[in-house]
Amino acid sequence: MVTMHDYTGLEPAWCPGCGNFGILRSINKALVDIGIEPQRVLLVSGIGQAGKLPHYSRGNVFNSLHGRALPVAIGAKLANPELTVIVVGGDGDGYGEGGNHFLHSLRRNHDITYLVHDNQVYGLTKGQASPTSDEGFITKTTPEGASPALNPIALALACGASFVARGFAGDIELLSDLIKQGIQHKGFSYIDILQPCVSFNHRNTFQWYRERVYRLEDESYDPTDKRQVRAKAEEWGERIPVGVIYREERSTFEERQPALKKGPPVRQILDSSRAKEQLQKFR
Amino acid sequence: MTEASFMIGGEAGQGVQSLGQILSKIFARGGYHVYSDQDYESRVRGGHNFFRIRTKDSEVGAINTSLDMLLALNQESVDLHRNEMVDGGVVIFDKEKAPDLNGDGLFGIPLGELAEKEAGNKITANTVALGACLALIKFDPKTAEILLQETFDRKAGDANVKALHSGYRFAKENFHKDYPITLKDKGKSDMLLLNGNEALALGAIAAGCKFMAAYPMTPASSILEFMAARARDMDLVVIQPEDEIAAINMVVGAAFAGVRALTATSGSGFCLMAEGLGLAGLTETPVVIVDAQRPGPAVGLPTRTEQGDLQFVLSAHHGDFPRAVLAPSTVEEAFYLTVKAFNLAERYQIPMILLSDHLLATSYQTIPEFDFRKVKIDRGELYKTDRDYKPEDYKRHLITKSGISPRAFPGMSEALVVTDSDEHGEDGHLIEDAGMRSNQVEKRLRKYNSLRRDINLNSMYGASRPEISLISWGSTYGAVREAVDILNGDGASVNMLQLSELWPFPSKDVEDSLQKGQKTYVVEGNASGQLARLIRAETGIKVDGLVLKYDGRPFTPNYLVERIKKGAISTW
Repeated sequence: MVTMHDYTGLEPAWCPGCGNFGILRSINKALVDIGIEPQRVLLVSGIGQAGKLPHYSRGNVFNSLHGRALPVAIGAKLANPELTVIVVGGDGDGYGEGGNHFLHSLRRNHDITYLVHDNQVYGLTKGQASPTSDEGFITKTTPEGASPALNPIALALACGASFVARGFAGDIELLSDLIKQGIQHKGFSYIDILQPCVSFNHRNTFQWYRERVYRLEDESYDPTDKRQVRAKAEEWGERIPVGVIYREERSTFEERQPALKKGPPVRQILDSSRAKEQLQKFR
Repeated sequence: MTEASFMIGGEAGQGVQSLGQILSKIFARGGYHVYSDQDYESRVRGGHNFFRIRTKDSEVGAINTSLDMLLALNQESVDLHRNEMVDGGVVIFDKEKAPDLNGDGLFGIPLGELAEKEAGNKITANTVALGACLALIKFDPKTAEILLQETFDRKAGDANVKALHSGYRFAKENFHKDYPITLKDKGKSDMLLLNGNEALALGAIAAGCKFMAAYPMTPASSILEFMAARARDMDLVVIQPEDEIAAINMVVGAAFAGVRALTATSGSGFCLMAEGLGLAGLTETPVVIVDAQRPGPAVGLPTRTEQGDLQFVLSAHHGDFPRAVLAPSTVEEAFYLTVKAFNLAERYQIPMILLSDHLLATSYQTIPEFDFRKVKIDRGELYKTDRDYKPEDYKRHLITKSGISPRAFPGMSEALVVTDSDEHGEDGHLIEDAGMRSNQVEKRLRKYNSLRRDINLNSMYGASRPEISLISWGSTYGAVREAVDILNGDGASVNMLQLSELWPFPSKDVEDSLQKGQKTYVVEGNASGQLARLIRAETGIKVDGLVLKYDGRPFTPNYLVERIKKGAISTW
């Protein structure tokens, strides 16, 4: 029986009141609810405050470079598809430095879960604008105000995402349920998580979000209807929808690999002599 | 001794390469040694391309610039290469494309007309030329027939065989002189004919590589294509991701999860991989990276050759961490050194760089059958629950005397495997502690103590008490070796020292070889003498001179002989 204790890791070094605490708890709760042991889980992160999360949970961990968590996770998943692979990172990490990996991971539909702690600001480097900072957001590096923000939900849909959701770090019940659905989704599950930064973002605060977020599950909303989905993807400002925004069943990258039909590559016995089969062509 | 050099010249899209490959294989199957190289432009149609084949009774490792026969598929090829013909050499050309061309050593054949009339398709014109070539050298067309049938589907195969015979007949009836070179089919051969990229990819498969991620880039792309084509049969996972950055990081992820993983690129792709190289270094993840060099910087000369990345691969990424660099000298060595690269990568849990170049990657060479008894898979120290310690005590970056911490794979035992691109403690979690930082740096670098002993000596060849030593690395081997023979044949006393395993640098061996009072010249394909600088940095030896080439074209034996005889050697 897996309990929250199994997922208790090192003492977090985040600021008191950080939105990351809610995300950490939601991930752990989702894993406990599904009943996966930490030994079967691989947590991959990049660099940023969010990148430290794997150390504060428990599991196999690869804390990779800034922006590079997705390709590391994809390689590991392809080597051992039995692993439950969860990637965490911030908005700078995923939408800035790692943007190209994000686009193509969505398109290829790798069977992993990607959680973006989207606090609309750089935390680790202390308060610079991020790709999702609100337009006009003033920071030390954007004294004239930030450029218009990226809409990661619309971007993900344009890239052929098969599971898109938005969560809120202040709603652990919903967020852990979204993460659980994401893990159980066959294919690339992507969740953008609204995460207040108590130190560097005094605009998008817990209070600010609480006044705006609403649960999609409370409305009559069909996340498989592309017309409704497109409208929800654009909704931001006075009302911000949280929940599963889009869901689609389609083949995963792993399913399209003939080699994986014989089981995880990591379990294969290495046999040099098999290369001899390939020599005929060169005689 | 029988020896002959051939060239096929034409535009991109005329089938220069396919004809070159077929002719190379005809000779290989006929029992001859073959070395061939390719010169092509970065375009899909038009321009001027050529494919050179040198064939011999005995081993051959370089091209000869004098031609015995030129198969010119267009007039430009005649114009450009006619002056390279030896006395008695023959240029076979398309009479329709150059009706006014006449003269000694020129043999015009209506290639297109015969192709259309006899084979029903003008596209087989180059096979008509092949038939004529075989007729002149008195090589029985049977081997070519079989090969054409193997290469093409039934219909195209039949058409090509008809084209072959039409060219063969035409030459028998219309070439009235006696061509001075005879290459009779000697029957069975026990050799393989392949290029460096193919040998390298086969080495990876033999080594148990199960994962490859790479972004297409000349001249490395054909490694990715080779592996992708065999993914189904050989149980490989092969992915072409969005860029080289993704490729190297995927390879790191796959290797961390426990499979042997490969990526391949050229210089500017390696620039993008420099970041991931250090990730493998800090997380002690075994990866194999192929850098098939081409002239740089930036895009440089995309379809040409150079050895200009040596200093870069030795120092790419910031900070200090162990790595190893192997640079195959021949097609055969590309196979065995790739196997070695995978073994060293896992034994020492380090990134391994295989430094190849365009010449090696694309040159076809006949080599003996691979000896699979020499292929051993050594996965290094692995964590075993019973033997070592309880899973909860497992530490991925355990400090050990050898610097090697037993590897566990995530999900494959009860141990949790934790690693970090931040400096980390033994358990893999990030640290800021000064003492542990030093301990981890030293632990990683301690691997060099035993890694050094796995780096093998360089091969020596030539005079035992030389007046001149030529020092070379990588694909220049064949040309330098032949130059040594020519120079010694002319009464000089020359030897060569070939370095294939370049890092950690075999300082002791190099010192021993070079301190015998001889003149020392480094021969390498770059503009600044990168190996010479490395030798000086690692041994203190300042070589006497440099023979450098950075025009994108390979060294040839004759070029080297001339340079060395003239003493036209730059010094610094």
